[in-house]
Amino acid sequence: METGKTRVVSAIVENKPGVLHSVANLFRRRNFNIESITVGPTEERDLARITITVSADEKTLDQVVKQLDKLVDVVGVAELDPDSIVTRELALVKINAPTAKERSDIISCVHVFRGRVVDVSPVSLMVEITGTSDKIDAFLNLMKTFGIIELARTGITALSRGSQAGNVDE
Amino acid sequence: MTKMNGANALIKALENQKVEVIFGILGGAVLPIYDALCGNKNIRHILSRHEQGAAHAAEGYARASGRPGVCMATSGPGATNLVTGIANAYMDSSPLIALTGQVPSRGVNTSYMIGRDAFQEADIIGITTPITKQNYQVRNAADIPKIVNTAFYIATTGRPGPVLVDLPKNIQTENAEMDFTNRIDARGYNLVTDPDLAQISRAAELLTKAEQPLILAGGGVITANASDELMQISDLLMAPVATTFMGKGAFPEGHPMSVGSIGMHGNPAANRLISETDVLLAVGTRFSDRATANLDTFCPNAKKIHIDIDAAEIGKNVDVDVPIVGDAKKTLHILHETLSKTLPKKNGAQWVKRVKEVKEKLSPLIKDLPKDLVPKTLLFELRKLLPNDSIVTTEVGQNQMWSALYFQALKPRTFISSGGLGTMGFGFPAALGAKVAFPNRTVVDIAGDGSFIMTEQELACSVMEKIPVIVIVLNNSVLGMVAQWQRALYNKRYMAVHLGKTPDFVKLAEAYGAQGFRVSSIPEFQKAIKEGLKSKITTVIDVPIGSEEDVVPFVPPGCGLPQQRGDY
Repeated sequence: METGKTRVVSAIVENKPGVLHSVANLFRRRNFNIESITVGPTEERDLARITITVSADEKTLDQVVKQLDKLVDVVGVAELDPDSIVTRELALVKINAPTAKERSDIISCVHVFRGRVVDVSPVSLMVEITGTSDKIDAFLNLMKTFGIIELARTGITALSRGSQAGNVDE
Repeated sequence: MTKMNGANALIKALENQKVEVIFGILGGAVLPIYDALCGNKNIRHILSRHEQGAAHAAEGYARASGRPGVCMATSGPGATNLVTGIANAYMDSSPLIALTGQVPSRGVNTSYMIGRDAFQEADIIGITTPITKQNYQVRNAADIPKIVNTAFYIATTGRPGPVLVDLPKNIQTENAEMDFTNRIDARGYNLVTDPDLAQISRAAELLTKAEQPLILAGGGVITANASDELMQISDLLMAPVATTFMGKGAFPEGHPMSVGSIGMHGNPAANRLISETDVLLAVGTRFSDRATANLDTFCPNAKKIHIDIDAAEIGKNVDVDVPIVGDAKKTLHILHETLSKTLPKKNGAQWVKRVKEVKEKLSPLIKDLPKDLVPKTLLFELRKLLPNDSIVTTEVGQNQMWSALYFQALKPRTFISSGGLGTMGFGFPAALGAKVAFPNRTVVDIAGDGSFIMTEQELACSVMEKIPVIVIVLNNSVLGMVAQWQRALYNKRYMAVHLGKTPDFVKLAEAYGAQGFRVSSIPEFQKAIKEGLKSKITTVIDVPIGSEEDVVPFVPPGCGLPQQRGDY
């Protein structure tokens, strides 16, 4: 498949067993590439939101949205407009930190990135960091010099901004 | 509200959907349903001899009648044997309801339960997710009426397709208060049937300016029962009508403006004219690779209008100028109304003349047919012998492509074949299904020897259930289509295509209690068909033909429709 820009597709689906399977299956069957996928409940209990990032050109993205829309359990689906989207990802990173000097260097980086230290051991630190994927990438890059022992990223979740919203956070 | 068990609720819900026949095979996990069916006066159960046969028969019934076909199987292997039939219905957009038994979802014996790898357990929901429009595993008996209603609604509306309902055995015996109102539950199901009027105007504008318009009718025209509207618009525009293979029968093939099917083994006139058109009106087609051949040379000069009820089909394979999402019948009707007002008195005489000229040159009405028993002659003869409303099914391979080329379909829903999936073994059970839908019409399966033996066991079903059809076995003792490819593209290195002279199809038919004839000339063939037409049991006509007979014309792989080789 041609590669293209990374796009974020958001689908509201029935919150019931098997729906994630049919969505994931569709991507595999149609040869679409998933970069990340996150699932969670919405403000309505019987609906869930699936946020998928795909690398796709215009034509492929059109097919992704239309094919998802055809699934009976997908109640609504749209590409989120890259110009008015808030995306967040969470990462937990366990970093090698055997000395006090290293621990303090890491902690000052964590403050700059507005992360939190969530676990400390004599040889390592665990950090929680939230933000756009770029921000997390930048943080992880810095941590490479210390040594990343383990990493877990959630993948992107996203919402469209309100119609008149200002960028409060960024 | 009525209290009853799940099995009885299922049967009542099916009755409410006006189901008159179920094709199926029972087994341990559907025993409660069969018990509920016992003595039922409204629903006929037809015992197939393999679940694949049941699924194809249900599809044949659906495609002949336009009503949903229902098939049923037990859990595990019963369910997995349905899979080919479900996949076939999915590819050809046929309304099919597949009911499967499942091991219990809960119960006293905790090792005989879903998820424990129980005896005859298969994850049929997982298996059929990519080949069904929707599937359901029933969790509570009380949900059965609503799920059945929803399944029928989804299977039959929009672009039709198969829906599977998986019924754990404990649900079948569980008692519950049942609500049989017409409730459905499908809020995520988008059904767009009314076309956008702005798009209609744009289409009308293109068609008004067109000098050489051509209509391409796909299977969607048949599904939507839009043949009358198609005819009206063709008349108005003086536009020739080509069909896809699935669209065969949407427009009467004897009509002067019919140019046959496009495609790899399409009619040369259709393949030529579609390359010359300046405005293509495509209706209810998904532009399959076998129809369009190489897309770089498909309709090179044409502005394209594409009408389809499935938005995802628009722009999937072919980029179009005017996309219209809508029901083919409604959309063609509105387009016709719009055009009737705007279309100036057209002088289409030149294009009509060109159509006639191309037809005469490339696909002449054959006057001097070979007298021997070759497929072309046989199929022209067959058309003369059969009543116009006869239903013809085909198997897959050379028999199918010869039928597409030389057997004229005159009415919609009278030519039924496995188009998308290309399932060998489809034709015979599908013929039985069609005959069940229309017991008073003649049903013929045009078969090859390789395909027919894949579902030949349904002869037992046809005899026992008194469903007489005619099977014409074009018997070349090879898997003919692949042999043709090995001949043409692999330097005659034949591998695994020879079938020999076994079985003896006459004896095979007789072994099942059907009748068999072997014919070696056209007069013998005519006689055998006449015998078959009046027979109360199924007739198998074995027609030995040469094993090196090719289907021509042929568009070689990678080439475009204009590069078709060979004469009609």
